[in-house]
Amino acid sequence: MFSPTKKLVLILILTIIAAYISLPSKIPINVHYGPLNIEKTLRRNDLSIHRGKIQIDKKFDLVLGLDLEGGSHLVFEADTSQVDGEKKKIALDGVRNAIERRVNLFGVSEPNVQTSSFEGKDRIIVELPGIKDTQQAIDLIGQTAQLMFAEVGEGEEPGVIPTDLTGADLKNAEVVFDQTTGKPVVSLNFTDEGARKFETLTEKNIGKVLPIFLDFQPISTPVVQEKISGGSAQISGDFSLEAAKTLAIQLNAGALPVPVQLVEQRSVGATLGAESVSKSIQAGLIGLGMVLLFMISVYGRLGLIADLALIIFGLITLALYKLIPVVLTLPGIAGFLLSVGMAVDSNILIFERFKEERVKRQNADALEVSFGRAWDSIRDANISTLVTAFILANPLDWNFLHTSGPVRGFAITLALGILISLFTGVYVSRNLLRVFIKENKQQRT
Amino acid sequence: MDWLHYKKIYFLLSGIAIAVGIFSLLTWGLKLGVDFRGGSILEYKFEKEISTEKLIEEIKNEGFDNVVIQTTGANTYLIKLPPLQKEDKEKIASATAKLISSTEEPDQATVSAANIEELRFETVGPSVGPELVKKTVYAILISSGMILLWVAFQFKNIKFGVSAILAMFHDTFILIGFFSLLGHFFGAEVDFLFVTALLTTLSFSVHDTIVVFDRIREIKKQRNEELKDIANRALTETMVRSLNNSFTIIFMLIALLLLGGSTIKWFAGALLIGTILGTYSSPFVAVPLLVSWDNLVVRIKSFRRK
Repeated sequence: MFSPTKKLVLILILTIIAAYISLPSKIPINVHYGPLNIEKTLRRNDLSIHRGKIQIDKKFDLVLGLDLEGGSHLVFEADTSQVDGEKKKIALDGVRNAIERRVNLFGVSEPNVQTSSFEGKDRIIVELPGIKDTQQAIDLIGQTAQLMFAEVGEGEEPGVIPTDLTGADLKNAEVVFDQTTGKPVVSLNFTDEGARKFETLTEKNIGKVLPIFLDFQPISTPVVQEKISGGSAQISGDFSLEAAKTLAIQLNAGALPVPVQLVEQRSVGATLGAESVSKSIQAGLIGLGMVLLFMISVYGRLGLIADLALIIFGLITLALYKLIPVVLTLPGIAGFLLSVGMAVDSNILIFERFKEERVKRQNADALEVSFGRAWDSIRDANISTLVTAFILANPLDWNFLHTSGPVRGFAITLALGILISLFTGVYVSRNLLRVFIKENKQQRT
Repeated sequence: MDWLHYKKIYFLLSGIAIAVGIFSLLTWGLKLGVDFRGGSILEYKFEKEISTEKLIEEIKNEGFDNVVIQTTGANTYLIKLPPLQKEDKEKIASATAKLISSTEEPDQATVSAANIEELRFETVGPSVGPELVKKTVYAILISSGMILLWVAFQFKNIKFGVSAILAMFHDTFILIGFFSLLGHFFGAEVDFLFVTALLTTLSFSVHDTIVVFDRIREIKKQRNEELKDIANRALTETMVRSLNNSFTIIFMLIALLLLGGSTIKWFAGALLIGTILGTYSSPFVAVPLLVSWDNLVVRIKSFRRK
């Protein structure tokens, strides 16, 4: 076991690391830190370790949610009524992939596209940070996927010529493994009409490229080896399994058309988001100041220790937000602020206990007893809050609970806050106090 | 101090609060927000102040009903409407431009010259609401069920578990009743965030009660006294802690309520009411319930012996 002083050094190191990560990457010019003008140019480097095979690159930036950064949260409902039961999953994957690709066209930094199914309704949730023209994005995303096979013209008509073979003629696509080479290939199955069209098309284009377009973007450019009849074909090539799967999904997006309809939209302008951020920071700092003052005025020097632990709590929490990373939303910030208020609870429990025990025994003993006795209450009480936070955060993505939205953001920061407060409120303040009380005793003797 | 001497007063107070809640819920119900009801919210920022009555008039002229407008800050306005279609938003923008530029038939140029900044746009289709309500009910049922199990398991005594859960429902119900009142008189809406506040209240209420119960359990091991005396002792010993802890939470929430902006004002408000209720209910609802129950059991036993 380490001695309290050594533990204190460990805590100090942890705090410094946390403080370093918590700092903004560069302190903006328009922020004034009193007379300390040097801080204006302060820059913090991101973690970047390259040593042999180990490569660690980690950016220490806060990830802001759509309501703070500005952007759109769109929910589309997928109409899978035209698709057979077992193909529904494939069809949905196809739509999601098609939407992902369309979203990428907007150059959005971190688009997030996910599917959710609840009581037979299939939804596709699209998050677009920093998009200005939301309506344009909705129009583009809301399209049904268009799959088209084309010919490459030569001589008088160079370029790509669309053919009448489209997604409607394709039954489905799947990844299979070539019997001889063992490599993944994509197998296509056409409808009867599609088979006829494909036969004519391949006959005409032997030795030529037959590009396939999805939403007018080329997804594959296979070369026709021979005339293919019978309605099934294979696209082979030097595919990785991943690439083959992607191609199959893209082909299916065109083969199993699933119309989508916008059912929910939440767009926040960047100005409103920035305003929310500055307001929450202001509210947080003032609230924090009041808590700090309150603890000192009620518990005196003990309160100072609690304040120290609370500041360490804030730094570690912020650092973890950046490391995990936690997407911070407005309710998320509220959850964090609430956990600041709750974080001192452990200290209050312990100090109240300490007041009682001090009458009966020596300071150092009283301290240990108070921590021991208070721990039961702290543990039991916090577990009930953690249970609720767990249900709200829904980390296992249960479909019958909320899988996105403000509730989740709140619960994640609240749960994280409780866990960290158990560490700082009990472990950190205990070791701070051990050193502090020991010195007190020495002074007396 | 003999806290439990005034048991009847506590029960009376809670009874009144619950009665008011029932009355308000039956008369006015809850004001559902866009999340559950479906509908659209548009928040605009203009260069100058406008009259909300006139804007409502203009928007109604475009053929929209149930229009509500609130001011949310300096020249920012929140317009609440039934779910909007794609074209509808342009109509609203043009109606607004009409009012700002005082032109009868604003064209594209006038609309952009009016410098209307769209701060926020939310629209929730009518099909989404019921799904969210269901998911929310599941969340409440699962978490209260798990908390009940945890308390019952922890104290290995059904009296403790049920008293804690009753106090929890007491807080939850009064909070809902209170929001019905706030909704009727001040337009507070029940949305996603309210549900979150409700669930947080639920867990905070139990959190606080467990601390008092823990103390009762501890004293019970040391002293062979009547439950009423033990409870009184536990209440005296935990009262300061309970109040101090609530103060720190209340500080944070008041700061959030006053400075956090309009989006989370009611959320912070709901959490604040929930925190106060949660703090009150531990010593003044959960413990009196526990002691009354115990008294009843003792009386029945002695009655049988006779």
